[in-house]
Amino acid sequence: MASSRMPYDGVVVAAPVTIPYRRYSINSAHWWIGRAVRGVLDRTGLRAGDIDGLSVSSFTMGPDTAIGLTQHFGLSPRWLDHIPLGGASGVVALRHAARAVQCGDADFVVCVAGDTNQVDSFRTMLSTFSRFAQDAVYPYGSGGPNASFAMIMRNYMTRYGPTREDFGKIAVAQRANALSFPHALMKKPLTLDAYMAARPIADPIHLFDCVMPCAGAEAFLVCREDAARDLGLPAARLLATIERHNAYADDAIQERGGWAVDIGELYAMAGITPDAVDFLETYDDYPVICMMQMEDLGFCAKGEGAAFVRGHTLTNDGSFPHNTSGGQLSVGQAGCAGGYLGLVEAVRQLTGAALGAAVPNARIGLVSGFGMITYDRGLASGAALLAG
Amino acid sequence: MDLLSFAAAIAAGGIKVIDLTHTLAPDFPTIVLPPELGQCAPFRMEEISRYDERGPAWYWNNISMGEHTGTHFDAPIHWVSGKDLPDNSVDTIPAANFIAPACVIDVAARSAADADFVLTVADVEAWEAAHGRIPKRSWVLLRTDWSKRQGRDYANMANDGQHSPGPGAEVCRWLVEERDVHGFGTETIGTDAGQAAHFNPPYPAHYYMHGKGRYGLQCLANLDRLPATGAVIFAAPLKIRKGSGSPLRVLALVPRS
Amino acid sequence: MTQLLAKPRRKDPLQKTRAPLLPPGARSRTALGLTAAAAEGRFALQVCADCAAVIYPPRDACPRCLSPRLPFRDVPDGGVLLVETTIGASTDPYFRERLPWRIGTVRLDAGPSMVTHLHADLREGNRVRMTLQLDKSGQAVAMALPHQPTANMADDPQWRELTCDPKFRRVLVTDGRGAVGQAIAKALSDAEASIVFVGIADPWKPFPGEAALRQIARVEIVPLDLTDTVSVEDLAGEIGGRVDILVNTAEHVRPGGILARNGLVVAREEIELRYFGLMRLAQTFGAALRARGADGINSAVAFVNLLSVYALVNWSAYGAFSATEAACLSAAQSLRAELRPGGIKVVNVFAGPLDTDWYQTVPPPKVTPAALAAATVDALRRGLEDVYVGDVAEDIRARLAVNPKALERELGS
Repeated sequence: MASSRMPYDGVVVAAPVTIPYRRYSINSAHWWIGRAVRGVLDRTGLRAGDIDGLSVSSFTMGPDTAIGLTQHFGLSPRWLDHIPLGGASGVVALRHAARAVQCGDADFVVCVAGDTNQVDSFRTMLSTFSRFAQDAVYPYGSGGPNASFAMIMRNYMTRYGPTREDFGKIAVAQRANALSFPHALMKKPLTLDAYMAARPIADPIHLFDCVMPCAGAEAFLVCREDAARDLGLPAARLLATIERHNAYADDAIQERGGWAVDIGELYAMAGITPDAVDFLETYDDYPVICMMQMEDLGFCAKGEGAAFVRGHTLTNDGSFPHNTSGGQLSVGQAGCAGGYLGLVEAVRQLTGAALGAAVPNARIGLVSGFGMITYDRGLASGAALLAG
Repeated sequence: MDLLSFAAAIAAGGIKVIDLTHTLAPDFPTIVLPPELGQCAPFRMEEISRYDERGPAWYWNNISMGEHTGTHFDAPIHWVSGKDLPDNSVDTIPAANFIAPACVIDVAARSAADADFVLTVADVEAWEAAHGRIPKRSWVLLRTDWSKRQGRDYANMANDGQHSPGPGAEVCRWLVEERDVHGFGTETIGTDAGQAAHFNPPYPAHYYMHGKGRYGLQCLANLDRLPATGAVIFAAPLKIRKGSGSPLRVLALVPRS
Repeated sequence: MTQLLAKPRRKDPLQKTRAPLLPPGARSRTALGLTAAAAEGRFALQVCADCAAVIYPPRDACPRCLSPRLPFRDVPDGGVLLVETTIGASTDPYFRERLPWRIGTVRLDAGPSMVTHLHADLREGNRVRMTLQLDKSGQAVAMALPHQPTANMADDPQWRELTCDPKFRRVLVTDGRGAVGQAIAKALSDAEASIVFVGIADPWKPFPGEAALRQIARVEIVPLDLTDTVSVEDLAGEIGGRVDILVNTAEHVRPGGILARNGLVVAREEIELRYFGLMRLAQTFGAALRARGADGINSAVAFVNLLSVYALVNWSAYGAFSATEAACLSAAQSLRAELRPGGIKVVNVFAGPLDTDWYQTVPPPKVTPAALAAATVDALRRGLEDVYVGDVAEDIRARLAVNPKALERELGS
């Protein structure tokens, strides 16, 4: 199937930056984001005045938005974006920035996501997350996304039959991948027994189904391919992207995300099939959502995720490397930076710059973004195919 | 006479001062009229401050009540029969009229036996035979020991009205016209008997006393501590403009012997 | 199967009383349409005026046709429980101390899916009956109940948290001298209140029904005169910490407008008993009620005002009375806000003319004391806040919703 979308010729992603996460921080989101922007400058040799595009994602930088950071950081971009899309922030930021660079509206776009985490940050964020959450979810036990996804997981298990052990395998493999990743906050190995025995948070979600909120920042640079070469930057090419929000609104309980609507176009645009993908970075707020992405991104049919997981090894040296730095489940979720984590890791893997275990012969990676559960389902979704 | 000796006698106890007054409190029964008619307000206190943030060094109250609440004085203007008489309201009654001797007629035993006991002329004549003729401008106080009753027994209301002792119509007229009394006083709620609405005329104590410019005292206490004759009553109501009566302190001065 | 509620034990006097916390109470203005429905015990959602879509969560544009015309309408309350979860960890202090807490997603017969509180007897796949309840924050929340009544249904702890059930609670009925207070005392005793304190003013005056009142199970007569500050203070000092529900039954009904009356003596009595009486009760019992909103099975839950429906619109035949009732209504609204931090509900029960002495000349329909009492107990059991009892009250409410000015003329002719 041919794609009618314009290819991403001449645009690359470079300078993957991670500011090491911390469980709690007294610093502001501005501080974390600033460090990531500075990290890109250090990595690339660019000066602040060279940055003519800025894309920002954060949950905790209020009352500021991206515009406030221009004066705060002393930048004067000619292209500015604020993308409050949580786990879909990275893919969407990349899509916007790539087109801007392609069209010449900006030459060097710094895409950054960062959040602080203070002792009451999580509770404050949940209670003010969205209008529907305020009106129709938070007053019901205030279990947060754990309670909402518990119902999604329960429906999924009833409907399609995966067991807790199937989800445990995902979490255990991610932890194995994380053990060599220097920035992972979770440093102890996870066994399936420990996963199964963990305390219930909102059944069927148990402790190791949940990410740990933390403070941190991630960033990357989007520029022309020739500009990256001039700077001596290893870079990944962008083969294809999709984005879809509020898909399948009539599904009583969420069983599929927006990728399922446009997945054919993703592969058509890239000119490949799913078996050409060397590794997958899913948005892992919960293992059940990872399994849903495996299905909706075309690696198996709907309802066959459990069989797929059982039939593969998900570690970086396995048959289907998945969340190669450990994902949020093992590294931590630094707010919107969780929506960048997979993309930044993919760029590293594709440019031979993995900080932890490298995926052998990594040439093509699929990054998936998901998030923003404002009422009862994740609204935002996106995916990108990158090549090294 | 020497008033300083009089004051010294009070201070030394040679003259006893007996308080004939019930404490003004919210739970003291008031006269109850049929609900379609205006009612006498009960006594109420609202604290203004009590050494607190409303007033750090002082305690005081606002009070409210009817003119006829608790132990109180009735002026002639209170009744229709006295409405046009001169000096008939509490602010215009000559001050000297607030001091007068009292004759105390004891019908306590008969009232205990019959809550609707009615005083007659014959009863008073029998009293005079023992204690002498009632002097002009004396208070006539009806001792029934009713003030020793509490709550429901004091008000003694049944579904046909109140049942309490009081003077009959004829004796009220006789006391005013034949004995020129100063006024009539009772221990009950009202100078009239509980069932006096059915007398002829109704409420004769009010009708005759106030109709001739005489006064009333009610809800008195401690009449059992007074001699039949010889007590002098100090009963000065509040000086309320055009007032029909007021709660007051009623004091009886009695010689020690 | 809901366990029968255990009779609460005597409180340990050495233990700290659990302070009231409130569940999250922020709501968008549009979502307050649910709160209005819950206050009256209605199940209402937005129904698009242009395409008839039934919509949830509340919003400002129709998701089917983008119409901005989305009024709240009563909709069928049936549905199916699709999924449930039991929350074992919560960031919110109110829920944190009430875990585990069950919620679920119900697919309504009317169309939308609702995240909802769940009754303990429900399982996935069950048919449910949905209600909107006011939670301790005074905001509407959805509650799924069994489609048919189940044993001990009212004893479910999550349901009891959303209602003011008199069972095992101690109630003060402020005035037992009249037929209304006596009927309410009986109804509360029948509803398994553990004590029904009944206030009597002027004990020196007999009143009809006294013998029967004293015979009602678990009634305790207490002295209470709402026109006497000291009387109210004294009683509150004695029993204030043991009153979980207060029902103000004192009434003072007299005909006459404000011009028609001669003098202010009757008006002063009206205001003294009804308006100042309410204020005295609030000032003396309010703080203890507010402090005990989370105090166990017999926690303090409600302050009930019996109001005339003419508090909402003046009826000149009883004009002065209507004005006094209006003053009481406004005061009750203030009290509602002031008691909310304790999770205490102020319940306003509106009735038209009652079948009692002072409405003697008013033609039927009139509300009997027994009917008023039944409606009050029902309101407490269902956790309602604004209650309209009888045909006249419903009629007034309907007319007010359409054209208040017309009603003013109709009642003033």
